[in-house]
Amino acid sequence: MATAFTSSPFVDKTFGVTVKDLNKSFGRAKVLRDINLEIKPGEIFCIMGPSGSGKSVLLKHIAGLERATSGEVRIGEFDAGDPATRDKVHLALVFQAGALFNSLSVYDNLALYPREHRQCNEAGIRERVMNALSILSLEKAVNKFPSELSGGMKKRVAIARALVMEPQLLLYDEPTSELDPVMSATISEIIATLREQTAVTSIVVTHDRTLAMNIAERVAFMMEGRIRAVGRPDEFKHPTDPVIANFLNPAIDLKNPRFKQLENSHE
Amino acid sequence: MTYLNAIIGHIGGTVLLFVQSLKHLHTLPRQFGRFIEQCYVIGFTSLPIVTILTFFIGAVLALQSGYSMENFGAKQFIGTLVGLSVVRELGPVMVAILIAGRVGSAIAAELASMKVYQEVDALVTMNIPPERILVLPRLAAILFMMPPLTLIGIICGWYGGALVSQYSHAISVDNEAYFAALKSYMKWHDVTDGLLKAEVFGFVIVLVCCYTGLNTRGGPREIGASVTKAVVASLILILVLDYFVTKALL
Repeated sequence: MATAFTSSPFVDKTFGVTVKDLNKSFGRAKVLRDINLEIKPGEIFCIMGPSGSGKSVLLKHIAGLERATSGEVRIGEFDAGDPATRDKVHLALVFQAGALFNSLSVYDNLALYPREHRQCNEAGIRERVMNALSILSLEKAVNKFPSELSGGMKKRVAIARALVMEPQLLLYDEPTSELDPVMSATISEIIATLREQTAVTSIVVTHDRTLAMNIAERVAFMMEGRIRAVGRPDEFKHPTDPVIANFLNPAIDLKNPRFKQLENSHE
Repeated sequence: MTYLNAIIGHIGGTVLLFVQSLKHLHTLPRQFGRFIEQCYVIGFTSLPIVTILTFFIGAVLALQSGYSMENFGAKQFIGTLVGLSVVRELGPVMVAILIAGRVGSAIAAELASMKVYQEVDALVTMNIPPERILVLPRLAAILFMMPPLTLIGIICGWYGGALVSQYSHAISVDNEAYFAALKSYMKWHDVTDGLLKAEVFGFVIVLVCCYTGLNTRGGPREIGASVTKAVVASLILILVLDYFVTKALL
């Protein structure tokens, strides 16, 4: 798929992310435990792990949407939790469920950011919006409202909205969930192409093994709120850690006592 | 103690929300479209129900007081009683209660739903403060719409009372006598005090409902809980503030 992104002077600078001794608790539940990560500027970094391992919570800390119980997250030299950081860093987050504004059309969802920040005139905004929509093959949905879109289309509109923001740090929360394999491959290509053309730092939280192994320069595995391993995708082709091996290549053992229990309950 | 802490926390949070909204006051002219939209939602769509409700409040007040006043031979003062009660108390309070139920609940539901479905988080990551585009236009709209709504409510209440006074056999005070009595004891400051009260109530309703909506946590079930909380808090605050504002204005 041919992609073309508008060049913006703001995208010239890209930022790395440093996570230092990050802990997060919700009441008594410890969700993140001593997270330490160094994500380089311009890198595509994937965070993988089973459901409930704290990946999305970590992403929210990087986006400044959650406050850490202890530790810190820095985007370049700026504190991610400080609202003033958003004036200095263009950050976009593609939410798992899209988080589109239901009262606005697809066009207005995409135009909201440049309009509110008065980045260009209405003609310029239109050009940016239509460019982003064409990349995601969404031209026909321009006048639709989010309630009229399928789950996959909402996800694509959310990615288009992030593109319009011309971000320096792009965060994706499960970008390929609810998408068919063709669209998943397209999204993988868009993430990779976007990084190639704008050098944007991309952090992708995903369950999708194919996506992570194809686009990531480095992958982190999270288990029970901790970083279990960090490395290049090729280092995980034959993982020695049995937990990671089981996550990447799950083996269904029909002799497992849990299956026996299930079998007995049916009898 | 925890309960008291929570109340203090909510009051602090609401005041903070107001201060944060005020910081974006300079953006109001370019949010004219949003302001007009909110004026329409808050003012125009509430108008039919405000007129019906206040008309019947005036009518019932005239009916109830008319019978009692006749026993004392004071039915010529029915216009004064209905007029002053509606303008100083019933008009502003009933319009505020109606706004809390109709507009406040809608605001709380909309913002709670935006919070639960991460639309508010999306605004934050886009560096668009939610106070600027979600709270400020609503606050401006309620401050703009509350006086005319209340004034229309007051006039409807007066006419409700006048109609009952004239056509109820037991009362039979014609419109001329009713409005003459109403005018003779009515002063301009009664009207301005009533409108000022309504302004305070409207402002508090919108602020409380915005705060409750934006602080919703959890799943879709919490949207309903937030609406209930917002409306109950608004109703309590209307009646509590009514006492203090009345005392201050007397």
